[in-house]
Amino acid sequence: LTIIQPRVDRAGPVGTSPLRHDGVDKVTGRALYGIDASMPNMLIGKVLRSPHAHARIISIDTRRAQSMRGVHAVVTWKDLPDPGDQMLAANEQGEAPIRFKALNMIARDKVLYHGHAIAAIAAVDGQTAEEAVKRIDVLYEELPAVMDARAAMAVGAAILDPELRTRNGAAGDRLTNVALHMRVLAGDVERGFAEADVVIEREFTTSTIHQGYLEPHAATVYWRPDGHLLVETSTQAQFGVRSELAGLLQIPPSQIHVTPLEIGGGFGGKTTSWLETLAALLSRASGRPVKMVMNRAEVLLASGPAPGAYLRAKIGATNAGKITAMQVYAAVEAGAFPSSPLPRVAHCAAGLYDLNNFLIEGDEVLVNKPKTTAYRAPASPHCSFAVESVVDELCRSIGQDPLAFRLANAPKEGSLRADGSRFERIGMVECLEAAQSSAHWRSTLDRGSRPIRRGRGIAGGFWINGGGLSSVTARLNTDGTVTLLEGSPDIGGTRTSIALQFAETLGMAVADVHPIVADTDSIPTSGMTGGSRTTFATGYIAHRAALALRERVIAGLAKLWAVSHDDVRADSGLFTAGSRAATLKVAAQLLAGSGVDLSVTLSDRVPGVGPAYAVHIADVEVDEETGRTRVIRYTAVQDVGRAVYPPYVESQLQGGAAQGIGWALHEGYWYDSQGRLKNASLLDYRMPTALDLPMIETIVVEVPNPHHPYGVRGVGEVPIVPPLAAIANAIRDAVGVRVTDLPITPARLSAALAARDGTQGGATAQ
Amino acid sequence: MSTREPREEGRAARIVEATINGDDRGVLVQPWQTLLEVLRDSLSLTGSKECCGNGNCGACAVILDGRLVNSCLVLGVEVAGSDVRTIEGFGSSGRLDPLQQAFLESAAFQCGVCTPGFIVAASALLHANPTPTERDIRWWLAGNLCRCTGYDKIVRAVQSAASSLPEREVAPG
Repeated sequence: LTIIQPRVDRAGPVGTSPLRHDGVDKVTGRALYGIDASMPNMLIGKVLRSPHAHARIISIDTRRAQSMRGVHAVVTWKDLPDPGDQMLAANEQGEAPIRFKALNMIARDKVLYHGHAIAAIAAVDGQTAEEAVKRIDVLYEELPAVMDARAAMAVGAAILDPELRTRNGAAGDRLTNVALHMRVLAGDVERGFAEADVVIEREFTTSTIHQGYLEPHAATVYWRPDGHLLVETSTQAQFGVRSELAGLLQIPPSQIHVTPLEIGGGFGGKTTSWLETLAALLSRASGRPVKMVMNRAEVLLASGPAPGAYLRAKIGATNAGKITAMQVYAAVEAGAFPSSPLPRVAHCAAGLYDLNNFLIEGDEVLVNKPKTTAYRAPASPHCSFAVESVVDELCRSIGQDPLAFRLANAPKEGSLRADGSRFERIGMVECLEAAQSSAHWRSTLDRGSRPIRRGRGIAGGFWINGGGLSSVTARLNTDGTVTLLEGSPDIGGTRTSIALQFAETLGMAVADVHPIVADTDSIPTSGMTGGSRTTFATGYIAHRAALALRERVIAGLAKLWAVSHDDVRADSGLFTAGSRAATLKVAAQLLAGSGVDLSVTLSDRVPGVGPAYAVHIADVEVDEETGRTRVIRYTAVQDVGRAVYPPYVESQLQGGAAQGIGWALHEGYWYDSQGRLKNASLLDYRMPTALDLPMIETIVVEVPNPHHPYGVRGVGEVPIVPPLAAIANAIRDAVGVRVTDLPITPARLSAALAARDGTQGGATAQ
Repeated sequence: MSTREPREEGRAARIVEATINGDDRGVLVQPWQTLLEVLRDSLSLTGSKECCGNGNCGACAVILDGRLVNSCLVLGVEVAGSDVRTIEGFGSSGRLDPLQQAFLESAAFQCGVCTPGFIVAASALLHANPTPTERDIRWWLAGNLCRCTGYDKIVRAVQSAASSLPEREVAPG
């Protein structure tokens, strides 16, 4: 881990690497995840799911299931109230009417994807529930399935929702699968392209991708006879689950109590509720707690993967190496219901370069696939794949070094953003410079000889990052430690990254801070753990809580010492007034039982988000006989603002890179012609294993976010953005073919190599 | 007691006696229950995780009579008379096993749900090969999926544990 940082005072806890507060629980297997929940006398719930991608439901007959011994409840769409026109709170995928969520939770008149829930059963054990599910008789009328964005936009395509009309579109009152049209124009694109010496345009496709968190969705729910709903679940957003359940079940949020258990990965996929609704309905019907856990096939079929997309990117540049205009079109698959990261496409495509002229357009398209959900920097990997592949071609065309070209066109303070605003201090230039001077970039690559060819590629990535609402409660204990309740589920070390900031501000040891992830009754509403916001925003609120708690201690000591408030000074955890002095621990003892309130609750929206930039360097080895690509060396460079908790910052860079490499080379949803998913297992949905990856080198650049007391920028999402193009560019470098469809499987690459050899007339060309 | 129907000959639950983390236990096991279900649902040993249910992810790895197995692929009734060591059997009286310590100090996990499986699998590796190369480690752990870390820190944790271990301390079982 290399950290490139400005001169800062490194005395405090921020930037150190203590053991995680929850570490021992996690290496001993004691940590309780959503899948580990249990309530006394609980039943097990299972779901009947559609075998068809698109079909009308003629009838559902549950009588045979209902009469089975051991079955205690069967629910269908009839058990879920009609939510009318209420809107669902915005998450990373935007805002949408809650009726779409209701229809996604359980189908009414139509099933819209393979795996769509139709009915749920609670029984004494899982085996009985599964047997009962098989005894639900459903009659379907199959309909043609539309399985990708362009097919769904074609004239005569089957329509998923006859009531859907395009927002911001020109289609008027026509039947359509396009939910939203987006268009962002800046400057004069025509003139920009006219000023270019070279203009390159390419088309790209990416597959539906799953976040691949190891812990499946799970919910354990008890609808108490007094109307209160107890929910134990694995979620990035306990308050989001509460508000969704309130909308879906039409009960007040104050009667819903959500406890977020440990979360076994999420990456955006657990920012919304899944099984909680069905478990609640089953609990109400049976009068008993109900636990539901998806199996892996269900997770892949029927949770919320990231969208597949079609993109077209056109970029012009002068021979001197200056970009003159960029035009991007994206058709993004929403899945079976509206809302997608389409609105992010403009930000993410335009954010990669310093541009005066750009036109970003796109359509959000319904297809017969599961409703998409956020996945780590939603839409940005797609944009980087398209834009950075075209830029690589531009560099080859004008004979420029790809790093030098990017440096000459890097966005910086003052560069135009897609919303018309200007960037504040950002760190893309510093990332590119760090990449340029890295051992990896300066090393010489043995380019191999047939059939083994090696190549090197780079690509950049951008992510807007999130801020928003965060809450903490800090309580000074009589032993001088602090119990710190955090409203943010800890998905990868944020208990500690928040505690580090709190400890530094208050001047105490981080080991004396006891962070706890709070349930919805123990803390004010807090935004989700998502959008790379937790260390940034909840850390900021923790910093403010530490300042407020310090004031409480000062006030208490002033009273105790009979001096004025202003006479008490606090510095590095030491409180002094004249000759009197007390450490925080001593102050805690002195003030114990004094009646001074030594607890602080703070909840606020955090502004001043610092965007994230990253540059990745990939070396690949391609076997031209098999088409197989191996990543042999990889470096991730990223501006993190400030590395509050360095080992876990590095781990975000490495983990995000690994997911991006999987996206580039292995992962994708494979459907048959009827829209049935053929690879719904972790053997066939092929995430990288330890054997597929090299060590992932990291260079952490610190360009502090001026709006955060510790300079923090969000870290977690942008590392997934550059790998797609970095790998594609490295393959281009190795074997001379530009692959524009992901994943770049051996079969795809073999076909591209055959085409190359066909057109070039010889297998040894290059 | 099974409430399923029809009740067939040979489908009755039976008592299975086995040594679990050094304790002799007798458990009522349904014929369809996997070892993983017996561990989690009957014995409350929830450190072994069910993340795929078909042997693809390794999160349920345990040591069965000295062999590394995915407990989701073993039936509960098969372990009668056997010795089973789960993640709960690692470390003793408040002290972590050296591999647990190495994972903790190397920051070799983020969400931690795959961690028990990795530690169990790595212990079997170090038993079979106390001085593994990076490639040995990657090869051995290829049956364990981690989605958070990119494996870098896991590989380093195993290297670190291997270099600090006196031999045999990691003996499974």
